[in-house]
Amino acid sequence: MSRLRERFERLRAGRRKALVAYLCVGDPSLDESVALAQAAVRAGADVLELGVPFSDPVADGPVIARAAERALAAGATLPGVLEVARRLRAETDVPLVLFTYANPLLVRTLPRVVAAAREASIDALLVVDLPTEAAGELRLLAAQAGIDVVPLIAPTSTEARARAALSVATGFAYYVSVTGITGSATAPLEAASREAARLSAEHGVPVVVGFGVDSPDKARRAAGPAEGGADGVVVGTAIVKAIEGARSPAEAERAVFDLVKGLRDALDAP
Amino acid sequence: MTTLPGSFGAYGGRYVAETLMFALDELEAGARDILRTDEFQRTLGGLLRDYVGRPTALTPAPRLARALDPDGHTLGEVWLKREDLCHTGAHKINNALGQVLLAKRMGKTRVIAETGAGQHGVATATAAALLDLPCEVFMGALDVERQAPNVARMRLLGARVVPVETGSRTLKDAMNEALRDWVTNVASTAYCVGSAAGPHPYPTLVAELQRVIGDEARAQVMGATGALPDAVVACVGGGSNAIGIMRAFLDDDVSLYGVEAAGEGLSTERHAATLTRGRVGVLHGARSYVLCDDDGQIEEAHSISAGLDYPGVGPEHAHLKDTGRVTYLTATDREAVEAVDLVARRVGILVALETAHAFARVADVGRREAARRGRPASVLVCLSGRGDKDLGSIEAWRAAHGGGAR
Ligand SMILES: Cc1ncc(COP(=O)(O)O)c(C=O)c1O
Repeated sequence: MSRLRERFERLRAGRRKALVAYLCVGDPSLDESVALAQAAVRAGADVLELGVPFSDPVADGPVIARAAERALAAGATLPGVLEVARRLRAETDVPLVLFTYANPLLVRTLPRVVAAAREASIDALLVVDLPTEAAGELRLLAAQAGIDVVPLIAPTSTEARARAALSVATGFAYYVSVTGITGSATAPLEAASREAARLSAEHGVPVVVGFGVDSPDKARRAAGPAEGGADGVVVGTAIVKAIEGARSPAEAERAVFDLVKGLRDALDAP
Repeated sequence: MTTLPGSFGAYGGRYVAETLMFALDELEAGARDILRTDEFQRTLGGLLRDYVGRPTALTPAPRLARALDPDGHTLGEVWLKREDLCHTGAHKINNALGQVLLAKRMGKTRVIAETGAGQHGVATATAAALLDLPCEVFMGALDVERQAPNVARMRLLGARVVPVETGSRTLKDAMNEALRDWVTNVASTAYCVGSAAGPHPYPTLVAELQRVIGDEARAQVMGATGALPDAVVACVGGGSNAIGIMRAFLDDDVSLYGVEAAGEGLSTERHAATLTRGRVGVLHGARSYVLCDDDGQIEEAHSISAGLDYPGVGPEHAHLKDTGRVTYLTATDREAVEAVDLVARRVGILVALETAHAFARVADVGRREAARRGRPASVLVCLSGRGDKDLGSIEAWRAAHGGGAR
């Protein structure tokens, strides 16, 4: 069974929500990203999304776009991100999702990227700008390598599109709470949570809610009730912002720990 | 129900966030079910005639031909398809008017656009004013500086111009920001893409709206000479004026040439020759050639002309390059500035810097075609736009580099 499947089953058995933490890897440096990821895991993150910085992140708001610019300026590349994954895997068995745009994969060719991801013990791939119908080759290669491919579903997805995405989803699916970019302030989180729960129940795949989750209160609202809620929540922009605002590596690690711990506690509270 | 083809050989497709997929489906349905109706075509045709001023003229340029080939061994007639005579001064209005009219029919209440040189922004602002829709135009902050007259024009037309400060602060970044806005406001907003690039159906939609250039030119050259031209030349940024004039000749024995911007030279990193120097990848929703590094990061393009300063290119051109149907050449900044001078003095037309890239290769095209056909060649040039907007850029370039006539 995949590491992600196992993680979600364990969470479900314990009636707990998954907390998925996104980092823009390489911001401010690859070394720091390892430490920040570990802080997130210590604070209770169940899954890590390792963001590959990209020059033209059209699905991201200004916070993550700035982080990507900093990471690229500091020399981050896809191999660098995979190196971070390798170093994390030596320390923890938390599932690792490579979160990326298509072009860094396509210029290297998909077979090579999938092989490298497997070698770095990446558990899943999430490619923001590769919708279900364009991801066929990737899914095939990933399946052969034992890697999950996580689809995105949006409020604008038709029922047919959602069904198509979920029917090929492995690991989990990511429900985007808002028609917008990352960091959107006003996401209709309760509605997203209900929709995630419905899709998850109908298709038997865990569905988490992301975009716009930046506080314990919003995490609870996005997760929804123990019965009839989402399987988990994703926090991204808030983490990246905490790192951006810190004045030292130690302060960044503390800020990430505190943020993730606050979300964890909120999700676990009865 | 036929669906528009979503790809050109291995190129094109839709590489966008899931949120946008429904909007692209909706636009494709609009392009299929509304745009192609007689009623829509009649309305658009009326606007193109009475408002844009179509058909645009076809102008012979014998003094230019003689300047480029004094003995007349390689260049016969040179014909200019005068898109500079369109209302707003470039071919961009053909597309903008069609897309804004379609947006209106689809019930959209707001249009957005990206712009490089500002020509597409002006065209969209113009169409939005005519058809009564609010309009916002995203423009790289660098382009806001170097195309100041067009910024003023857009604002006069009632559009909001949003300077984009991210990345290289040029066209690619403007398109990023327009896509972000679209993802956020997708239900109410139509995104009027300015070139034959972007995710399906844009490359097809824009090519269909621009093919009027080639359809007219083909009939006009035939009418004037009784024969087809030997070659057609157009500049290539995203590729809309080029595909617009080329589509009418794809099945003919007519050689087709696209000219990309070589900026400061292909041996430098400062160029925008995507087809000539790029590799296959994904930018702005389509698989095509892109300028990017080994890591897949998009590189900054460079061209003196803001409208060609783009590290991507429409997918149909990628396919036409691979099949060999179109030959893609390049021209440098200096060659473009010199071509502006030459055309101004020999024909009395101040062409856009973008367009000047096409003129910079006309003599070469004549030589190639004459060699191939064993007689002086007749060449049709797509004169995509007028150059008033570029006076500042040309002066600045001369101040920095010297050269060109005075
Ligand atoms: C006059 C003119 N020609 C050409 C272009 C390049 O665009 P395309 O390649 O889509 O025709 C532009 C773009 O702004 C332009 O203003």
